Amino acid sequence: MEENKYEGLNLPNYNIPEDIQNVVSITTLDRLYNWGRRWSVWPLMFGLACCAIEMIAAQTARYDMARFGMEVMRPTPRQADMMLVSGTVTKKMLPSIIRLYNQMPEPKYVVAMGACASSGGPFKEGYNVVAGIDKFLPVDVYIPGCPPTPQALIAGMIKLQEKIDKQSIKKVRWYEKGKVDSNYVPMPILGPDLIDVRRNAEYKEAAAKKEGVA
Amino acid sequence: MTAPDSTTTIDLVARFPDFVTADARPGFSGFIVKKENLVEVATTLRDEFGFDLLSNVTGVDYLADNKMEVVYHLHRTTGGPGLVIKVQVERVDPVEVPSLIDVWAGADFQEREAWDLMGIKFIGHPDLRRILMWEGFEGHPLRKDYKEAFFEEEVKPFKSRWPDGKHTYAEFKNPFRDNLKFPEGFDPDKYAPQSEDDLYFSLERSSMKKEEGDLNTDHIVVNMGPHHPSTHGVLRVAVELDGETITSLKPVMGYLHRNHDKIGERNTYLQIIPYTDRLDYFNSMANNFGYVTTVEKLMNIPVAERAEYIRVIMAELSRVQNHLIFIGMLINDLGSMYTPSLYAFEERELILDIFEAVSGARMMCNYFRFGGVVRDIPEDAMQKIKDLVFDRLQAKTDEMERFLNENEVLVARLQGVHVLNAEEAIHHSVTGPVLRAAGVPYDLRRADPYSVYDRFDFDVAVRYNGDMYDNYLIRFDEIRQSLRILEQALKQIPEGPINSQKPQYQVRVPAGEAYGRIESPKGELGFYVVSNGKPNPYRYHVRAPSFVNLTAVETMCKGVKIADFVALLAMLDIVMGEVDR
Repeated sequence: MEENKYEGLNLPNYNIPEDIQNVVSITTLDRLYNWGRRWSVWPLMFGLACCAIEMIAAQTARYDMARFGMEVMRPTPRQADMMLVSGTVTKKMLPSIIRLYNQMPEPKYVVAMGACASSGGPFKEGYNVVAGIDKFLPVDVYIPGCPPTPQALIAGMIKLQEKIDKQSIKKVRWYEKGKVDSNYVPMPILGPDLIDVRRNAEYKEAAAKKEGVA
Repeated sequence: MTAPDSTTTIDLVARFPDFVTADARPGFSGFIVKKENLVEVATTLRDEFGFDLLSNVTGVDYLADNKMEVVYHLHRTTGGPGLVIKVQVERVDPVEVPSLIDVWAGADFQEREAWDLMGIKFIGHPDLRRILMWEGFEGHPLRKDYKEAFFEEEVKPFKSRWPDGKHTYAEFKNPFRDNLKFPEGFDPDKYAPQSEDDLYFSLERSSMKKEEGDLNTDHIVVNMGPHHPSTHGVLRVAVELDGETITSLKPVMGYLHRNHDKIGERNTYLQIIPYTDRLDYFNSMANNFGYVTTVEKLMNIPVAERAEYIRVIMAELSRVQNHLIFIGMLINDLGSMYTPSLYAFEERELILDIFEAVSGARMMCNYFRFGGVVRDIPEDAMQKIKDLVFDRLQAKTDEMERFLNENEVLVARLQGVHVLNAEEAIHHSVTGPVLRAAGVPYDLRRADPYSVYDRFDFDVAVRYNGDMYDNYLIRFDEIRQSLRILEQALKQIPEGPINSQKPQYQVRVPAGEAYGRIESPKGELGFYVVSNGKPNPYRYHVRAPSFVNLTAVETMCKGVKIADFVALLAMLDIVMGEVDR
């Protein structure tokens, strides 16, 4: 039997007559939907630091991320599906990142590439460094390394594809009523330090406590 | 070993007996100038003694002595050792020092950085805003009494993170469980963030004057970046436009400010080496080179002979791949997306293979050690280097030149577009290929030789028109010269040990200061290290070529069309890791 080209798409255990195997597939809507999405994840063209260079290297001839449908880097967030946070997130840069994320249409994914984006990495102790983008954005895949090699990046991308495979069109948040903007992240403010407006009450409480002691 | 940087026959004390004294602290050198007379001394040094290039400006906070010191490193573009002058002021708030921006325009950004991070106010600076942090940030982080939110201990190595069998996180020590710190009584609801008016006012102030009889048109302000495909990372540029012509321009940076200086002052000397990798992340080998050269100067130790050659080989390979990427990216910015850069990356991968073979990492090599390198080049990697240098890279460079140099579009976009002339370049402390393309043959490998560069026969690449096309061609010239050096180094490399010292976890560095500089692919990469005899440096400052070269971008871009600005920015070959540090 000829090898079935649409392996990821077909449901197993259906006997499709041999002569129409190349033109007919039997599958579920979920599977078709995810199959289309997983092979065309368009990353936001967005480099932060050292990791961005490895991201470029992964796009070039030797590693060729185009094999996974991820070569279409979009400089505008309006056309991107996935934000690859490739490098150290600084407090000064954070509002721009959040704004970009909020401007991305659903479905959207965040991949934290490298130690810095995952946790702050070697620069965690710095006064201008955010200790991991996951303090603000919901991260789907973490890729360890400093910087991760292009192979590691591609492995992370495959993990993202696997995650997409498991989603169901009935349950995804972007089709649920009233949940379209559920991933909106309020903009942090650059004050004497980074002000995460979601935590304002906490800051006030701390200030009050300090005054009480003094 | 080269002689200490500031060895000089100039006797400044004799020239200015009233307000100049020699720095007599052991291990220190140079002259201490009274702050009232700083501008006078600086002008004399520039005009009479020929120190036309202001390499480095930085501050040191001597908290125990209640003193702030501003250090200036001066050099001559004709070569030779440099001169250090210092100003010491009492540590009151604010610390005030006269600005040298009128003597050397290259002081502009460096003084702003010293203001931002150390709180030194430069009187007479026309645009003294924060440069790396944002306006409104609390405190001057490089002062010794500034403690970060995640502050644990003064120096590394820290105590165990595994006391009593339980892991602790830095977050546990902070009330917000995050990298946050607020002034006392801070109320977020009442806080009004500072607007960016200062930036736009300064943009307007430096806007070009309209000529008599011009049409009265409105100017618009465009912000490019920090997220923009052609600003080479997270640089932001505020541009004022008259139609398509740039009338004024201010770069805004700090979006990748990762606090190298502050973290470096806590690290041990050895722990800093991997951090230097992440400065200019295209050239980790060159960064390593600059840092270890500086510390070796302080420690006064020899470098193993074989290691010197290995260092040169790695640094030159790094230069070759940097320039190849530069060419690819430049042409990307000119609008020919991807094809040339794919060719460039193909060669880069082969060079990275060598880096991986010797150091274990493609990009962040962490390969140099004090007194040598960490391990020898394996036999098969050596063969790979030889194949590349003697065979492949020559041919590929020829190929690229054949395809590109006479390309009609490329020539039309580049030829005759003025970048900088020699005078402007020197005045703005521009170094590296941009300076050499303006006709100044200033290459540290020749002007102030370090390592074993004095043993090789090579030409300093120089071009004279100072336009974009020359800036582009000089990169090819430099690749060829690098290959020439590589050929000689590969033929001459001796057998022997690769480190003059025993492998050690902590090095002993005597008290003193050192300013070491090397010719990185981007320009003069300098490190200023002050030691007080302890296992970690008292002051660690990086003089990044990308950062200082960016000082000239305003001069370069005024009056050009916005479409050319993207190419001009590519021409400076900046890397944000180095600009923001």
